[in-house]
Amino acid sequence: MLIHNRRHADLWTLLAPPAIWALHFLLCYVLGSVACAKAGDPFAAIPLPRLGVGLATLLALALILVAGRQARRHWGFGTADPPHDDPTDDDRQRFLGFATLLLCALSFVAVLFVALPALTIADCR
Amino acid sequence: MRDTSGMTGLWRAGGGLLLLPGCSGIQSALDPAGFEAAELARLFWVMLAAGTIIWLLMLALSLHAARRRARPWSPRAAGRLILWGGAVVPTLLLAVLLVYGLVLMPALRAPGGPLLVEVEAEQFWWRVRYHPPGGAPVVSANALRLPRGERVELRLSARDVIHSFWIPNLAGKMDMIPGRTNRLVLEPRKAGLYRGACAEFCGASHALMAFEVEVMEPADFAAFLAREAAPATAAGPGREAFLKHGCGACHSVRGTSARGVIGPDLTHLGGRRGLGAGILENTAAQRAAFIARVGQIKPAARMPDYAMLPRGELEAIAGWLGDLR
Repeated sequence: MLIHNRRHADLWTLLAPPAIWALHFLLCYVLGSVACAKAGDPFAAIPLPRLGVGLATLLALALILVAGRQARRHWGFGTADPPHDDPTDDDRQRFLGFATLLLCALSFVAVLFVALPALTIADCR
Repeated sequence: MRDTSGMTGLWRAGGGLLLLPGCSGIQSALDPAGFEAAELARLFWVMLAAGTIIWLLMLALSLHAARRRARPWSPRAAGRLILWGGAVVPTLLLAVLLVYGLVLMPALRAPGGPLLVEVEAEQFWWRVRYHPPGGAPVVSANALRLPRGERVELRLSARDVIHSFWIPNLAGKMDMIPGRTNRLVLEPRKAGLYRGACAEFCGASHALMAFEVEVMEPADFAAFLAREAAPATAAGPGREAFLKHGCGACHSVRGTSARGVIGPDLTHLGGRRGLGAGILENTAAQRAAFIARVGQIKPAARMPDYAMLPRGELEAIAGWLGDLR
């Protein structure tokens, strides 16, 4: 797994949180549209896809939290102040870590917002 | 049934202070006459109020930063302000508004009552077919009558290009897409006259594609439907001229040999307020003008001009169409 305890930050660790968000988004849409295409009746409840969205959301949030924890380590736990733009390996690591941490926060909120309709809407109307 | 009239009045009063004129009328989403439109208008006022408060706060903050505050912010305080003011609070506000919008949605799409109305759009008019419960379908065009207080299901489709069905006073828009049937459920709550329009650019006369909407008391609606289902009874020289010149190839007038299905059904044209899909007043002079110069009045409409008809016959047809009530 990309985010599993990487010693150093790189482009992959940076891309992991938005990639999780994108995959979660895709999965939610595929689950919903397949279920509604099969149901035919717009008033038929679709509990299984909603449960699927819920589980996918929990998994995505957990993965983003793990990525965030790692990014915080790469950042150096905030011991130095941004903008981390010295031409050194350490500062490059801090920059990548900090950018990843911000992306984690964004992805976390985005995953929640994508999943919210599954909470309030119970059928295909 | 859900009673929101008290709240609606409150919102409207608040809105009235901000924007006195221009918000009421027969084609205004801010003057709701139905359950769906009232919910949407409330959503609009909530969003507007929230947006105004945030805007005022931002103005106050920038004035404070520019004029009042002489001391610089410490990096720590500035960082905290950015975190809370720039990330946490906007996220929470967006979440609240998103949840509010999502919670509204199921009620806006609740099932309809027994009355079903099919509306099919084409360049540049509306085919209307009422399906009363247990009765035969009733064909009409370019006008929609609805019973007050009943949830009516509209089945919306299109014949040629994408159109969009919108009666601002009653509900939100719904696209009408060829090959697809979209559902829209309305619950009109205030009797009166309204105006609907095509809300998706559909060709040269898109802006001239409207229709009249009348919300009636249920008893009046039943009487209207019975009238609309009956064949036309008016006779006279206009009728002979109408049939002689082949108008029946495209138009139906039930009760005569005119059975065309290309253009709007004219069986009870005289009972409609508007003409040419809601763009002209339904008077004899306007009817004659429309028949003679439809290409000017409604560019790109499929009906050709009939300016070659003798004046007397043209007027007779226009007069007879007015008698079809």
